[in-house]
Amino acid sequence: MSETNGKGSATPMLDELEKGEWPSFVTQIKEMAAEKEQCQQLLELLERSYREKIGHWKHGGIVGVHGYGGGVIGRYNDLPEEFPAIAHFHTLRVNMPSGWFYTSDVLRKICDIWDEHGSGLTNMHGSTGDIILLGTTTDELEPTFKALTENDFDLGGSGSDVRTPSACVGPARCEWACYDTLDLCNDLTQTFQDELHRPAFPYKFKFKCSGCPNDCVASIARSDMSIIGTWRDDIRIDQDAVREYAENGVNIERDICGNCPTKCMEWDGHDLEIDNGNCVKCMHCINAMPKALRPGVDTGATILLGAKAPIVQGAQLSSVIVPFMKLEPPYDEIKDLAERIWDFWSENGKNRERVGEIMQRVGMGNFLEAIGVDPIPEMIAYPRENPYVFYEEYYEEEDEEAEQEEEEGAAVP
Amino acid sequence: MAVTAEQVADAMYDLVKEYQGKKKLKAMDLTHMMVERYGAEGCDKKMCKAAIRSLIDSDRCVYTYFGGSYIELPHAEGAAGGG
Ligand code: HEM
Ligand code: HEM
Ligand code: SF4
Ligand code: SF4
Repeated sequence: MSETNGKGSATPMLDELEKGEWPSFVTQIKEMAAEKEQCQQLLELLERSYREKIGHWKHGGIVGVHGYGGGVIGRYNDLPEEFPAIAHFHTLRVNMPSGWFYTSDVLRKICDIWDEHGSGLTNMHGSTGDIILLGTTTDELEPTFKALTENDFDLGGSGSDVRTPSACVGPARCEWACYDTLDLCNDLTQTFQDELHRPAFPYKFKFKCSGCPNDCVASIARSDMSIIGTWRDDIRIDQDAVREYAENGVNIERDICGNCPTKCMEWDGHDLEIDNGNCVKCMHCINAMPKALRPGVDTGATILLGAKAPIVQGAQLSSVIVPFMKLEPPYDEIKDLAERIWDFWSENGKNRERVGEIMQRVGMGNFLEAIGVDPIPEMIAYPRENPYVFYEEYYEEEDEEAEQEEEEGAAVP
Repeated sequence: MAVTAEQVADAMYDLVKEYQGKKKLKAMDLTHMMVERYGAEGCDKKMCKAAIRSLIDSDRCVYTYFGGSYIELPHAEGAAGGG
């Protein structure tokens, strides 16, 4: 199959990607090519695509192993006669452990399984968070799955299902964690096994858990439900440590107070004061002086909804749905919220419509009503420019509420 | 009308068969069609979920992916052939 004819490299254009002082996927695939014909053909097909400026991969069809509707991404090339070793080149998503903790033994085990059943190429990790096993044939899917499950691994999500939930390293190694991201991620994964393996939604749904607003797993941009740790009391300050930073040359006035987005900090050369009511939890000051400042102790998370990359429509960040939620086992509140959202979306969503898109289509007000969440000021990203207010509707709603309260004789706040 | 999950599974199977090659059905489509046929009282979402699971686990139907997830009769792999 080689196109060299003894005249040098079969992949001159790809070889360009081996130059420079950084890792190269070409070099890595070449290493495997010595052992696996698949890898050699993969390189040659990619070289051909670069030359012709035509992609040769088809997508779709097969999706999983027996009983599953996700976890396998079917790949076929459209030149199977010329590239028979990669006529099928399916990808497996394997659910990673929360926070990506492994023993080296288990990593070797995964590699051994994949050497035996697939191309040997892995991607640790894909931007979905999963362990990505790249390239195998349909025949090898069940045996691979069997070997994985025998070692306590399971497939992740793909297609119109709950995608593999993912979490930052959180309290395992990070002092900023405002809730146990690893535990929540694992709990959501276990609780929603059915939704993960049996796609029943209009489109995909991803949970991402970040322990603090630094949002190391980019949940605000890359997940339908972003669960971002925060606190509602005061930033903890060690004034001696602040002074130490100052003595060591940190310009607190300019670089800490001056860069606070809400200008809610003051430094008089001796004490640092924070007007916590105006702090928007941006993490800037804490990141800049980690020895002196820490998040508060009344911690939980902000729940946001609706981020997505541009596929059907443009890119979008998540919007606040619940400004503060305590997150402790058994996490019923967030699970109930997710299920209410899925109910409305499954009932009313168009094919391939993400949660963020249906929110925009029906309007935030209607959406919140449908999922049983009260609108509050924290949901406003920025005030609108015109003062257009539906006074009438306002009064009607209040009247209705008053009536209802009377009926129920409720003294609930 | 009171129905069992197995009856719902059979009815779903007939629909998938009827639509095969004409229109791809999603889990949600099948659920809507069943609730319409049997009424929300006799056949709720939970029962439809159980019915779909039984269809898949018994190999009568398979999941497929074409830009979204569908439920179809088992057949030669979609993208393996021509299109
Ligand atoms: C025109 C060609 C392609 C397009 C437009 C494309 C597009 C995409 C998109 C949008 C995703 C994200 C899907 C999601 O998370 O829901 C994705 C993921 C992925 N694609 Fe492709 N792709 C192409 C070609 C390929 C090829 C040739 C391969 C391998 C042979 C491949 C392997 C993968 C893998 C392994 C993932 C998952 C990565 C991860 O989870 O981080 N793709 N692709
Ligand atoms: C100049 C070359 C490239 C650049 C600068 C680039 C950059 C990126 C960046 C910034 C991301 C997002 C990563 C993240 O969010 O974690 C990404 C994702 C991805 N890239 Fe590339 N990339 C390049 C070439 C390629 C090539 C050649 C392939 C495959 C043949 C590829 C496949 C992917 C896939 C599958 C994803 C994940 C998509 C998703 O999950 O949404 N990229 N790339
Ligand atoms: S998101 Fe916050 S808690 Fe999680 S690893 Fe990053 S800094 Fe730490
Ligand atoms: S976290 Fe951000 S907003 Fe809050 S005090 Fe520090 S710099 Fe200001």
